[in-house]
Amino acid sequence: MSDVAITVSGLDHYFGEGDARKQALFDVNLEVGSGSLTILMGPSGSGKTTLLTLMGCLREVHAGSVRLLDQELFESDEITRIDMRRRLGFIFQAHNLHDSLTARQNVMIGLQVHGRGDPARHGEAADHLLDLLGLGERLDYLPGNLSGGQKQRVAIARALVSNPNIIFADEPTAALDKVSGLAAVQLFKDLGRARGTTTVMVTHDPRILDLADRVVTLEDGRVVMDRIQT
Amino acid sequence: MTAFLSRLLGRLPIGYLQLTHHPGRLLAALAGVAFANVLVFVQLGLAGSMAESVAIPYRLFQPDLLIVSPAESETLSDASTLPRQRLFQALVHPDVTDGTPIYMSRSTWLSGQEASSSIQFFGVMPDAGEFFHDALAAPLIRLSLSDTALVDTLTRFVDMRSFAAAHSEAPVPFEMQNRQLGAVGTVSIGGGFGGDGVFLISDQTFFRMFPQRSSATPSHILLALAPGADPGRVAAELAQLYPPDTVRIRTVTEATDQEVRYQMTERPTGLIFAFGVVIGIVVGIVIAYQVLSADHIREYATFKAMGFRQSFFVGIILEEAIILAAIGFWPGLAFSQLFYHSLAYLTNIPIFMTPERAVAVLIGTIIACSVSGILAMRKLAAAEPADLF
Ligand SMILES: Nc1ncnc2c1ncn2[C@@H]1O[C@H](COP(=O)(O)OP(=O)(O)OP(=O)(O)O)[C@@H](O)[C@H]1O
Ligand SMILES: [Mg+2]
Repeated sequence: MSDVAITVSGLDHYFGEGDARKQALFDVNLEVGSGSLTILMGPSGSGKTTLLTLMGCLREVHAGSVRLLDQELFESDEITRIDMRRRLGFIFQAHNLHDSLTARQNVMIGLQVHGRGDPARHGEAADHLLDLLGLGERLDYLPGNLSGGQKQRVAIARALVSNPNIIFADEPTAALDKVSGLAAVQLFKDLGRARGTTTVMVTHDPRILDLADRVVTLEDGRVVMDRIQT
Repeated sequence: MTAFLSRLLGRLPIGYLQLTHHPGRLLAALAGVAFANVLVFVQLGLAGSMAESVAIPYRLFQPDLLIVSPAESETLSDASTLPRQRLFQALVHPDVTDGTPIYMSRSTWLSGQEASSSIQFFGVMPDAGEFFHDALAAPLIRLSLSDTALVDTLTRFVDMRSFAAAHSEAPVPFEMQNRQLGAVGTVSIGGGFGGDGVFLISDQTFFRMFPQRSSATPSHILLALAPGADPGRVAAELAQLYPPDTVRIRTVTEATDQEVRYQMTERPTGLIFAFGVVIGIVVGIVIAYQVLSADHIREYATFKAMGFRQSFFVGIILEEAIILAAIGFWPGLAFSQLFYHSLAYLTNIPIFMTPERAVAVLIGTIIACSVSGILAMRKLAAAEPADLF
């Protein structure tokens, strides 16, 4: 695998049709190195989520190019995008856990996307990761019986459990207190170091900025600042 | 259960977990599936009992061929009469060994204060036992005494218990058509859709009871053939003997099958049953759809974002559909059994569960629930992972 995980070049994006057509991204160019932690910042409506979903194969790329793990997404078909997603991990603003499944089962789902396997082994992997995230005591809890922060940590475990190449996260720490928010981001960073996992994260949380390798700022659909930190 | 299903499916039984997570909703869905099953079973049971009650009187006969007038010949009981001459003409054929006429008519039996039953009378020759079911041969002889009858113990709307011991030594009196009759034996036929019971009497008693009827015009003619003669061939050859379109010649099996088909497809009752089955299926599909399309859109969108393909969602929905069908079927079956027993007890109609019907309805239930699942799939396919952020 190359040193570059994501290459975005000349990316435009529009929403809507006809008179309602609105441009959300203008000529975005970006290169994200493997194993790095990149933070997207910017005011509300600046296009952070739009960019994240385009890079994460959740939307079709209509104009410009996104290369993800050496796969061009412009004019890619649905199946290619679905298969690409299996190599990615998503952490949403809302935890989006399945409320009929226990914490362990929610995490196991992250493994089962890769096909049939031994459910017992899936369970062990899920338990291990949940333990790491401080939820060792809550394995068999349904989401309804977990606090907001605990749910978000389950969602983080679900995204990490299958060793994704890239993690996309949209305000993952919003529901977490200061300590566990920092701990979660530190975990992304450690994973990046240990496994070469790339993380792209949207956040407004100034405490986290210091941990980032790079901070990209968007405004009105344009990249206005791209700062590499050391 | 979860562990078992996990091993079976090779993944978490998400459908099962989704269903059991909301026990109230699950119970309502199962009750709905069971209810739809009962609807279908009741209609099929009634249709089956109609077919059965159509067939029962035919089973009294065991001749090789049955001749009727072509007019109104769809049913046994409403057949027009035909000239007895046709019987004598048939006897000329070398393979026809014997024949006998049957006379049919109906009368109302005022059996109690308010109760009345429509009785179908079969006037037969007492010495023609060879044309009837073996068990009838001996009792038929007793009909040689005038004004005697073999009464139907399964007659609807009448308490027939006092007739149970009827015999020629101890005839049980009753009155019909302003005649004093004596029951000298019993048969068990029961009411169908053409009447409430069948009484057998001699041809002579028949003419006294129904003076407008003549021995020259029977309702049916039964023919016995020489051993080994092919009924189909003989029927074709006999048809040549008669003026065109004056008779309809069939084996008893053909006549039975044709009347069953006629009752099922051309009479309102048969169509009502078919309609009822359709209603039951629609009710089942709608109820299952309600549950299967329940709001899991966000969860499904999340699974889509994770890279699950459409087949995974189809799998979950079918898992739910099959669980609903496979569990909901049993209470449906149990209630239907109860219904069949009660109805058979109250009305004496031959309604009972057959294994074929139970299996067919189970398979139908699974198919109907799967159809609901596929319909629900269309709604859930709208789940859009990009909207999750
Ligand atoms: N599905 C959509 N349909 C139409 N317009 C959209 C859609 N999603 C986003 N937009 C528009 O695109 C622009 C960028 O939105 P986006 O959600 O990417 O912003 P954001 O930077 O993530 O904002 P926030 O910080 O509030 O989450 C906004 O003007 C928004 O109104
Ligand atoms: Mg956003």
